[in-house]
Order: sequence, then C-alpha cells, then structure tokens
Amino acid sequence: MSQHDATVPATNVLYYRHTLPVRIMHWISVIAFFLLLMSGLQIFNAYPALNWGKSSYTGHPPILEMGAKQTPQGNIIGVTTVFGHEFNTTGVLGWSRGADGQLTGRGFPAWMTLPATQWLAMARRWHFFLAWVLVINGTAYLLYTLFSHHLARDLAPTRRDWRSIGQSVKDHLLFRHPQGETARHYHILQKLTYLGVVFGLFPLIILMGWAMSPWLDSLIPGWVDIFGGRQSARTIHFVVAWVLVAFVFIHVIEVIITGFWNNLRSMITGRYRVTAAGPGHDHE
Amino acid sequence: MTTNKFNRRTFLLRAFTSGSLLLLAGCERLSRSEWFPKVLDSAEKLTQATQHLIAPRQAMAQEFTEADLSPQFRSNGTSNPENPQYQALAANSFADYRLQVGGLVARPTAFSLTGLRSLPSRTQITRHDCVEGWSAIGKWKGTPLSVVLARVQPKPEARYVVFYCADPMDGQGTRYYESIDMDDAHHPQTILAYELNDQPLPVANGAPVRVRIERQLGYKMAKYIMGIRLVDSFANIGGGKGGYWEDQGYEWYAGI
Repeated sequence: MSQHDATVPATNVLYYRHTLPVRIMHWISVIAFFLLLMSGLQIFNAYPALNWGKSSYTGHPPILEMGAKQTPQGNIIGVTTVFGHEFNTTGVLGWSRGADGQLTGRGFPAWMTLPATQWLAMARRWHFFLAWVLVINGTAYLLYTLFSHHLARDLAPTRRDWRSIGQSVKDHLLFRHPQGETARHYHILQKLTYLGVVFGLFPLIILMGWAMSPWLDSLIPGWVDIFGGRQSARTIHFVVAWVLVAFVFIHVIEVIITGFWNNLRSMITGRYRVTAAGPGHDHE
Repeated sequence: MTTNKFNRRTFLLRAFTSGSLLLLAGCERLSRSEWFPKVLDSAEKLTQATQHLIAPRQAMAQEFTEADLSPQFRSNGTSNPENPQYQALAANSFADYRLQVGGLVARPTAFSLTGLRSLPSRTQITRHDCVEGWSAIGKWKGTPLSVVLARVQPKPEARYVVFYCADPMDGQGTRYYESIDMDDAHHPQTILAYELNDQPLPVANGAPVRVRIERQLGYKMAKYIMGIRLVDSFANIGGGKGGYWEDQGYEWYAGI
C-alpha cells in the first residue's frame, strides 16, 4: 500500500475514511447476510409459498407459490404463481436440478440454497447461528456509531443535505458522481439509503424473524398481529430479504462505477483517494 | 505500474470470485463435518436461554377466536399409522385404548379415553406452527397434562416427559416419540387433546390423543400417543436426542 501511496500525484489525497471497527463489522455483515439469505431460501423451500394473515389456511390462496406440475404433453414444468398469475419458471423456480444434478421439485434451485441439498434441519442450524452473528454485529455497530459520533458526523443528514436532495437525485440519474472534496462526504441519497438499511430494513427483518417464533409470540400475545399475523410476518421477512438483495446489488454497482478499486481499498485498508483536480479525472 | 495495478486488480477480482465459491463449497463441507454442526448448535442454547429470559416459563401462547379458525386443519407427516394394533383400536372407536403413564412416578396409571374425558378439561383456539413454515389455527379440547401428572405423582428425579406414539416412521419399526421438560409439561396450555374443532380428534390429526405444546413447533406435538413415561435422561431412548426428529438433526428446543 505504501508503495502505491508514494506514486500518487500531489493532487491526489488519501484520507482515512473507514475506521477499523466499521470495516470489520461491514465484512462480517456481508458474509452473514449472504449465508443467511441462502440458508433462508433452503428453509423457504420446505414450504415454498407465502400467505397473508394469521395462518396459511385462511381460505385465501397464497400470495406467491412455487411448484412443479405436469403439462398435457406429459412434461414436468416449474410454475411460480404470484397474485394468481402463473409463470413458467422451469429450471429455476419450482423445478430445477438438485445438488446431484437430477431434476427435482424444489422452490429455489440448489445453487442458491445452503445447504444445496434439501436439508431443512441443517439450514435452520446455519440460519439461527448466523442470525445471532448478525444481531450481535449489528448491536455492536449501533453502539459504535453512537459513541464514536460516526452517526452524527457521517450519516445524519444536515440541513444543507436536505436542501440538496433535488440536485442529488438529478445528478444520480445522470450518473454524475461527486468529485474532489465533495466526494469526501456521503451525499444525501447515500445517507438516507444507509440509514434506511441500518435503522429500517435490518431491524424489520429481525423483528419479522422473531414474529415467527412461537415462544416469542407469548412475550406479549398478539403483538404479531400488528404486522398482519404470523404468516404475514413470514411474507414480510421474505420480501425484506429481497429488498436487501436489491440494496446490495445497487450498492455494488455504485461501488464499481464510482471507482471499484478506490472504494474496495477504502473498505479494506480504510484509505480513500480524493482527486482535487476537476477535468481530466478518471477513476483510477 | 499499470501492469502491476492490473495484475493486482485481476488478482483481487479472481480472489473475490473464487473466495465466494470456496466459501460455499466450504459451507457444504462444514455441514457434513463432525465438529461444525456442534458450533452451530451453540446458537440453539443461546436462543433457548434468551427466550426463557424474556418470556417467562408460564407466559401464555396467543389464543384466537372462532373467526380465525382454518377451514380445515392440515394433516402432516403420518395421516393413518400403518400399525395393526393401532388399526384394531381405531376399528373399535378406541374403546379399548389405554394411555399408559409410568416411569419415574409414584402411581403408574392407565387411562381409558372415557377416563381422560371425565377429568377436568381445557379448550383453546391456538395456532400450530410447522417447522416447514406453514401455520394452521384449530380449536383443541383436552385434559391438561398437569392434571394427569397430579394423578400419577412424579418422583422428584423426573426431569422430562416422553411421549410414545403408534406411528411407525420406517421399516425397522421405529416409532415416533417426543419429549418436553417439566416446565412445559405443567404449562396450562399443555393439554392431551382428544377433540379438534368440536369433533373427536380425527385419525389424520392424531386420534385418539395428541399433545399440544403451544409455544413450540409442530413436531414437538406428538400424535397417536400410546404411552407417557417420566425419565431423568434421554440416554437410552431412541437416538438419545429426545425425539424422532431430534435424532435426525432437528432442535430439541423448538421455540423458534
């Protein structure tokens, strides 16, 4: 790293962007999230349908359902039904190749699930272990952001941020990313997204996980009904997981187009390069 | 410098891709290892301890209204035990059924179905959460297990209640069994149910008697109960984990 630093032109400034605890907690979340997602999809496969309400059998059909069925020609196809609309999803959802390469009826395909084979007990072990990792890591992060002033200094939107929201949206849609000194700080869209993920989506997905636990329901009987009931909580848990996947997808795209190496370095070593000069600038 | 950087970048990208592939292949190997599932299991004990800390042992499961009842109560797992003795009992409407309660008790007792029905009863509309992810709501009536335990008088060394069932789970004659601790056994909502939705318990749902343990998952709530034994350990029962599905790798504590 130091060799590289020495060759940086005078206009480039490396500054310390991410502290060590933030970097460690970031990568723990990355690994835990992916393994939680994959073990969660294996758990979903045990009953590959989503319902709304207090139970799965309310007299209403599932919101989403995956399964295999036989066509009049005798072929077996994978079918996904969303709000009553049926889609052929052969090879991916409902009917795909298992870990042994054989076509088999299953919700999500083997390559997306942990373990790859149909093995609910093991998926549950992974899922609940990693849930603890995520909860402990998340709690540590919340305490850190508060006590290190990371929250107040870097994430809380300022009055100026709120005023710049229109411009920020416009810049973003035109793929104009902040350069120079302004790139040192998160812009309003980044701040709102990160706050929404940390204080909105993660707490919600954890709460909806708790709502599925019959023991925790007895804490205050009926609290689960605030979210529409136990099966609604399961549906919200599933939907939030995919919203988080969408966040990760956009996050990675942003990381790539705003300077993949610079961003990745800042998340590994902490150092982020800012180019002071305007024109003729490229990302790395 | 450029080549250098390119190499480093390529290396990093390759490291990332192969890293994630290795991670997943590694996870598969870990799942099948001897030691790693034990590490994962530590979470179960943490979950149990935490849940018992925040929701007291006597906390009640949610009860629902008739409006919430599922149109039909799904049957899962065994729906009609392939067991000649059971079939003979069923053919005679369980008139000859005797629930044997023994083990670490002062007064081992056999209860007939009419005998159970003559004991105090409890009716509850509760939600059944299957480990697979589905739920159903049913109205159950039965004898609180605590009432039965009071009759047989557990000895002080009794730590668990084990339910022995009629349904064979494989060709080797392994029968379904389950167990709970004494706190769950004495919980007011833990009942030996003989009615579902105001009808005698159907065979598909565990006739003549099944147990309801409302703050745990469905697999804890054994159907077709033939005998109950109080024990101080699972060491000599089945695979030693306290239940048929536990022996297959599921959690004994099924509060989540």
